[in-house]
Amino acid sequence: MLQSENRKKSWVPYMILIPITLPIVIMFVWLFLASISDRMTGIVPEHLTAKNWTFLWQPLDGGTTIWPYLANTCIYAFLVMVLEVFIASLGAYAVSRLNFPGRRYFLSFIIILHAFPIVTLIIAIFWILKTLGLYDTVAGTVIVKVAFETPFALWIMKGFFDSVPWDVEIAAMVDGASRWKIWRKIVMPIVRPGLTAVCIFAFLTGWSEFLIPYIFAPNSTSATLSILVNSLMSEADKANYGLVAAVGVFYVIPVLFFYTFTQKYLLHIYSGGVKG
Amino acid sequence: MSAMVTAPKPEAHVKHVEVKKEGLWSRYRLPLLFLIPALLIIAGFFVAPVLLTLAISATNMSVSTGLKGFSWIGTGNYQEILHSPWIPMILKNTLFYVFGTLIVFNVGLALVIAIACAFIPEHVSGLIRMVWLLPRITPSVVYVLMMKYMAADEPYGILNQLLAPLGVHPQNWMYVKPWLFILALNGLVGASMGMILFSSAIQSIPPSQFLAAEIDGASNWKIIRRIILPQLKWAILFTTVYQTLSLLTSFEYIMLTTNGGPGFYTTEVWSLFAYHTALSNYYGNAKFGLGAALAVVLVVLGIVISFIYLKFFKFRSMVTDPKIEINA
Repeated sequence: MLQSENRKKSWVPYMILIPITLPIVIMFVWLFLASISDRMTGIVPEHLTAKNWTFLWQPLDGGTTIWPYLANTCIYAFLVMVLEVFIASLGAYAVSRLNFPGRRYFLSFIIILHAFPIVTLIIAIFWILKTLGLYDTVAGTVIVKVAFETPFALWIMKGFFDSVPWDVEIAAMVDGASRWKIWRKIVMPIVRPGLTAVCIFAFLTGWSEFLIPYIFAPNSTSATLSILVNSLMSEADKANYGLVAAVGVFYVIPVLFFYTFTQKYLLHIYSGGVKG
Repeated sequence: MSAMVTAPKPEAHVKHVEVKKEGLWSRYRLPLLFLIPALLIIAGFFVAPVLLTLAISATNMSVSTGLKGFSWIGTGNYQEILHSPWIPMILKNTLFYVFGTLIVFNVGLALVIAIACAFIPEHVSGLIRMVWLLPRITPSVVYVLMMKYMAADEPYGILNQLLAPLGVHPQNWMYVKPWLFILALNGLVGASMGMILFSSAIQSIPPSQFLAAEIDGASNWKIIRRIILPQLKWAILFTTVYQTLSLLTSFEYIMLTTNGGPGFYTTEVWSLFAYHTALSNYYGNAKFGLGAALAVVLVVLGIVISFIYLKFFKFRSMVTDPKIEINA
């Protein structure tokens, strides 16, 4: 970016960046190599094999195949995405476009919630889920996850609505459309690119979630892939990490796939999320 | 719809359409309809839990009393915390964990990456930033799997293989140097946030400043010290406040690796201790009341730091009133 006056020294940044970035690259290279080899000596694979991947058509040790886990994860992530985006985009429209007494306070409140570490509230949430009979259920874990993510999603969506030109909305309103109709038919289609990014982001955070199902649904019959990887990891001994690595690759590939395609948006969301 | 949009009327230029309506209900009805789902979830999972945490912390609720058979014990749990022999150790661990990760990785390493990236072509620095975001987007269980293997004993561990030529004795780094491992584990994830914020702050420095400095013959080191670092002040302060809070309350990665060990409370931090006390049956009798009292400390800190965080926003400009006041 900067035009260095001293071109002889242009290798210095690389000398710093390459060694510190290498461990992350090595980690992922290891994961992929381990999934297709009998065993690993450090980063060097021994005997390439496909046997780690037989879980795709054969039952895992526990007796079931991977597909119920995949289905559970997809259902979980999908429900989280739909609920989160629905709640956030409705709320975000109100705080972005409607004027009501207390709006500023509500916005400050959302920013505080966005920063507030909800993970400190798990004991009380445990009590609430038990009392409501939602402990150990998919519904309970979905609602908690949605609650964790809503302030963030609402804040991001507000940013998208803020950038919609007022003229469009005023024109529709002059023609007699209600705000409800404007939200559905005009504003939501305009923010579709941003909405897509928020959807993908919400799906991926649901897909990756471990702590909430682990704490609030430990005996659930609808365990997700994160729970599976964790239990495989605690069972496997080091010499036999091939299977865990293969399931890990299976689990992480959708994340990496979406990440490479939406990287620009995600960066925007990450930086927008904390910068406003 | 499209016909309306393509044929703007004179009124469309009126930026501030104001219609006064009578009564509170008509002013609140529409915003409320839009906000009800969000309000419900906020009331149920933020407001109520904060109050409940306070309430439960004043009881002796545990697995043996059940959720109903508890009795109120006032400040009993807080006194137990004050007199607990483990607390000094856990406090020390927590401070070391939070500020160690923060200084070395979340601010230190993030600064190094962001500044080094400023001196290389945009497409390369973009790639490096993308790699650094990988630990953050990777599901925690998979990331932990990779990190455990990185630190594993020979012949499996990658770190040992890399260090062998240097004559370092092979060992399982997660158990031999648990703090080093925990800091790196959290730091490789945490560094990306600072990196993004610092990078965008550097990009927003007017290029003319760099040009002027170069014409004046300033060295790159001087440019970093005199131009870049002073303008990163707010970004650094912001990252520090934000990450202090998130490190203070996050225990997922520690739980998945050392789980507070090896040995007795070696890497047990406050938030993990609260979780273990309240919800982990590993210690036998899970004490919800005592765990809640431990959590209250974090909740209060969380609220205080969130308010500080609020001050960091250019808040006035972000909450400007909408231009249309018709809530119909």
